[in-house]
Amino acid sequence: MHPSRNLMRHVHGWLLLTPAAILLVAFTHYPTIKTIIDSLFSKGTVIRPSRFVGLANYESMYADPIFWKVLYNNLWFALGTIPTSIILAISMALLVNRAMPGRSFVRMAYFTPTILPMIAVANIWLFFYSPDIGLIDQISSWFGISGHNWLGDPKTVLPAIIIMTVWKEAGFFMIFYLAALQHVPPELREAARLEGASRWYFFRRVLFPLLMPTTLFVLINAVLNSFKLVDHLFVLTKGGPDNASNLLLYYIFESAFSYFDTNYAATLTVVLLALLAIMALVQFFLLDRRIHYR
Amino acid sequence: MLNILKKTLTGTTMAACLSIAVAGTPATARADTNLTMYYPVAVGGPLTKIVDGMVAGFMKENPSINVKAIYAGNYNDARIKALAALKSGKPAQLSVMFSIDLYELIEQDAIIPFDDVVKTAEDKAWLKSFYPTLMQNGVTRGKTWGIPFQRSTIVMYYNKDAFRAAGLDPEKAPASWDELVSAGKKLTKSDGSQWGMMIPSTGYPYWMFGALSMQNDQVLMNGAGNKTNFSAPATVEALQFWKDLGSKYKVMPSGTIEWGTLRKNFLEGKTAIMWHSTGNLTVVKKKAKFDFGVAMLPANKRRGTPTGGGNFYIFKKTTPEERTASMKLIKYMTNPARSAAWSMKTGYMGVSQSAYDNAKLKEYVKGFPYAAVARDQLKYATAELSTFQTGRVRKALDDAIQSALTGTKTPEAAMKEAQATADRLLKAYR
Amino acid sequence: MSVTTSKGWNFYDTLETVAAWVLALLWISPLLYAFWAAFHSGEYAIHFDIFAPLTLENFREALSQAPFLRYGLNTFILVTMLLSAQLVVGTLAAYAFARYRFFGSNVAFALVLMQLMITPEILIVENYGTLASLNLVDTIVGIGLPYMASAFGIFLLRQAFKSTPKELEEAARLEGCGMFGILMKVYVPLARPTYLAFGLVSISHHWNNFLWPLIITNSVETRPLTVGLGIFASPESGIDWSIISAATLLSVAPLLIAFLLFQRQFVQSFMYAGIK
Repeated sequence: MHPSRNLMRHVHGWLLLTPAAILLVAFTHYPTIKTIIDSLFSKGTVIRPSRFVGLANYESMYADPIFWKVLYNNLWFALGTIPTSIILAISMALLVNRAMPGRSFVRMAYFTPTILPMIAVANIWLFFYSPDIGLIDQISSWFGISGHNWLGDPKTVLPAIIIMTVWKEAGFFMIFYLAALQHVPPELREAARLEGASRWYFFRRVLFPLLMPTTLFVLINAVLNSFKLVDHLFVLTKGGPDNASNLLLYYIFESAFSYFDTNYAATLTVVLLALLAIMALVQFFLLDRRIHYR
Repeated sequence: MLNILKKTLTGTTMAACLSIAVAGTPATARADTNLTMYYPVAVGGPLTKIVDGMVAGFMKENPSINVKAIYAGNYNDARIKALAALKSGKPAQLSVMFSIDLYELIEQDAIIPFDDVVKTAEDKAWLKSFYPTLMQNGVTRGKTWGIPFQRSTIVMYYNKDAFRAAGLDPEKAPASWDELVSAGKKLTKSDGSQWGMMIPSTGYPYWMFGALSMQNDQVLMNGAGNKTNFSAPATVEALQFWKDLGSKYKVMPSGTIEWGTLRKNFLEGKTAIMWHSTGNLTVVKKKAKFDFGVAMLPANKRRGTPTGGGNFYIFKKTTPEERTASMKLIKYMTNPARSAAWSMKTGYMGVSQSAYDNAKLKEYVKGFPYAAVARDQLKYATAELSTFQTGRVRKALDDAIQSALTGTKTPEAAMKEAQATADRLLKAYR
Repeated sequence: MSVTTSKGWNFYDTLETVAAWVLALLWISPLLYAFWAAFHSGEYAIHFDIFAPLTLENFREALSQAPFLRYGLNTFILVTMLLSAQLVVGTLAAYAFARYRFFGSNVAFALVLMQLMITPEILIVENYGTLASLNLVDTIVGIGLPYMASAFGIFLLRQAFKSTPKELEEAARLEGCGMFGILMKVYVPLARPTYLAFGLVSISHHWNNFLWPLIITNSVETRPLTVGLGIFASPESGIDWSIISAATLLSVAPLLIAFLLFQRQFVQSFMYAGIK
């Protein structure tokens, strides 16, 4: 090959990439590194400037009960939302992946919550959960059940938020299952039917394994979402009562913007980054097999 | 429209690193002083409209001063936004922020004391014209940093119809903790359709708690803002009482009670008594479909409530002209006539004696005596919890209160923990 | 357990249809309730009455209490500007990755994909600092900037470009097209479904984004709808439910209407984007 043309290829490649590269470095790579550096410095105020403190921020994080609480909450939030959403999503996909009256309306009903902003969803659900005057308590009062303080009780606040999140997300995941189901040859179903296999058997032994790659994909997305989505806390609980519904990213926000402790916030962010890195590795090794599918 | 276009263009140009000077400032801007201020709203009602109206009135009287008043959300949001703006190069010159943000603002070196701008004897007299109790949260190190504006105390709203139905004297509100409990028991209906009372415990739980502990003759912090008294026996006792209202006497729902929806609960008759900011008064007056009363909070060892609400602050990053203009605006917004009108429109207190001497407010109080309850209560009032590292210290107390109310910790253990946290945070400031 | 016969499958078909409908009604009911509350006066939000009179008062009240039209305009500007930038930046980068095997391209691609995991939401603290030093706090550009290079978009477009037949490129080259000519005449038109899919996903994501805009905006002139709604309806302000419902509907209406009109495209786009 012509040497100058060869060189031009490299130059052109990089020129095309430059705008994206600048933006990505400025808003992804640089801040990632800066976060790690900042986590090694103390909180600075005008009166007492920031100084290098080594791992002191990590030590106080280790000793910070709220940190452990939000981590624990995040875990429960993920465990509460993800399996339920996935089961619902598969059910929804199976339900609408056939000819039936009103199919497009049903599909729309499942999918619409996905289109709404979380902040609007939280507004609507705040009204449902509100004690005594809220919709849930009003309905239960018809049956003589007295009101419950859904968001004010540490035992029910996280489940309440989980239910709302499942409502919002199940329809989103349904889409991916629908797409996957469209690739399942109809002959399989016909064959199972002729063989006299039960529907449950067909699902368990044929469909579910075929849907496995989709499930993994959805799983990773759902886990990511459970760490990134905290919008609803601003409206519903502000993390309360007593941090019972606080999540890691919201705590990062509080530390940085309410307490002005950007360095502690950076320390918490490092933990979040580490969790995401672990997930990236899991995805890399688990989803690798998926490539053969399609 | 033009404005957005300008904004978008400005941004794009900067983003693209072009060095073309941005044409934008009109030639007339030279003579004008532009002020930006943030302000919060923590209680319902169309308060933004009222503030906008006052600011418009000011600009009419002072055509050379342009004021941009920005509603920023709750008190927390207002502080975040104002301080963020300082760092971002588009600073505000003054703002209404939480009276308790004082130490944080001083530590950030964000504000100036009014002693720096007050020069004339007349100005000095102005500084002395406000209720001293309302100045407590604005004064430290011998200087005045905050001027009271939307100030409140906690008052007790009660449903007189419910009192009558329960066989209680509607003109005699409970004046002690014991009376409160016994009235509460009579007012609570066993089917859950009406509670005896509600004290909100989200949003600003430490504030309500400041009242209870004061009533138990215990203040929550010292004047230098570097020591708290969370684990003092009287403090723990006060928290125990709060918890007992729900779990022992059963006159209040257990768990936390939402600050934002409480007023609705009261208006809907779901609770016969509520403790809330006096800033709700005018809305309650407009919307209550029953006969209601307003009273001072009851006493245990004594009566007590913290003051609350927002003060005016002037930021350090300001030119002398901006400071003078800011002073003008603050004086306008807090002058007796304005303060009286503000009080009538919202329920917030007039900030000085002369506001209550204003003829219109006098007339209003005559027809609606409850408008003066918050002021009368001032003589029992104390400063609101405010320390260095306020955000964190407050959060520690809020969490402790909520954990006690929801039963995850005993009041004693919760307060001990909160005190330990506060000690750790404040050690460096002693 | 009995073995289900062919007849059983039919019976279950009916059952499934019923189940699908019940679930659908359950799923849509919160939204229907919000609609109901928005069009009735405040007292009926709490005391349900099917014959309550309809009113537009809540919308009027919401609009008079906060500048939702302005917020809507801000959101519109944000989304349009952001999507255009994403498309330009993404097309160029994707073209480089798909057709130029340049030095370090594999490493660069891996670094781009990092953003799929570490999204700008997570780096709010540092990104705020960067934006402040660029003097872009409280600008619409500032809301969009961290998202303008979208790893997701680059990835999707690269896939699309890669599947474009080489012969077409050769043909265009013979006709005398240069690098950009080939990109614009061959690759971009053929990747139209990908553009549509990415566009819809991006619009709905940024229309709904809240945390970063909340942090970076300070004033009415820049606040998008979500932030305006968030501070309008914060529980502290104790505003009427019906008015909040009306405000909520106002904020979601444009996107919701677009979705209902172009449902198929939306669903297919999400599907398409997810499978890739």
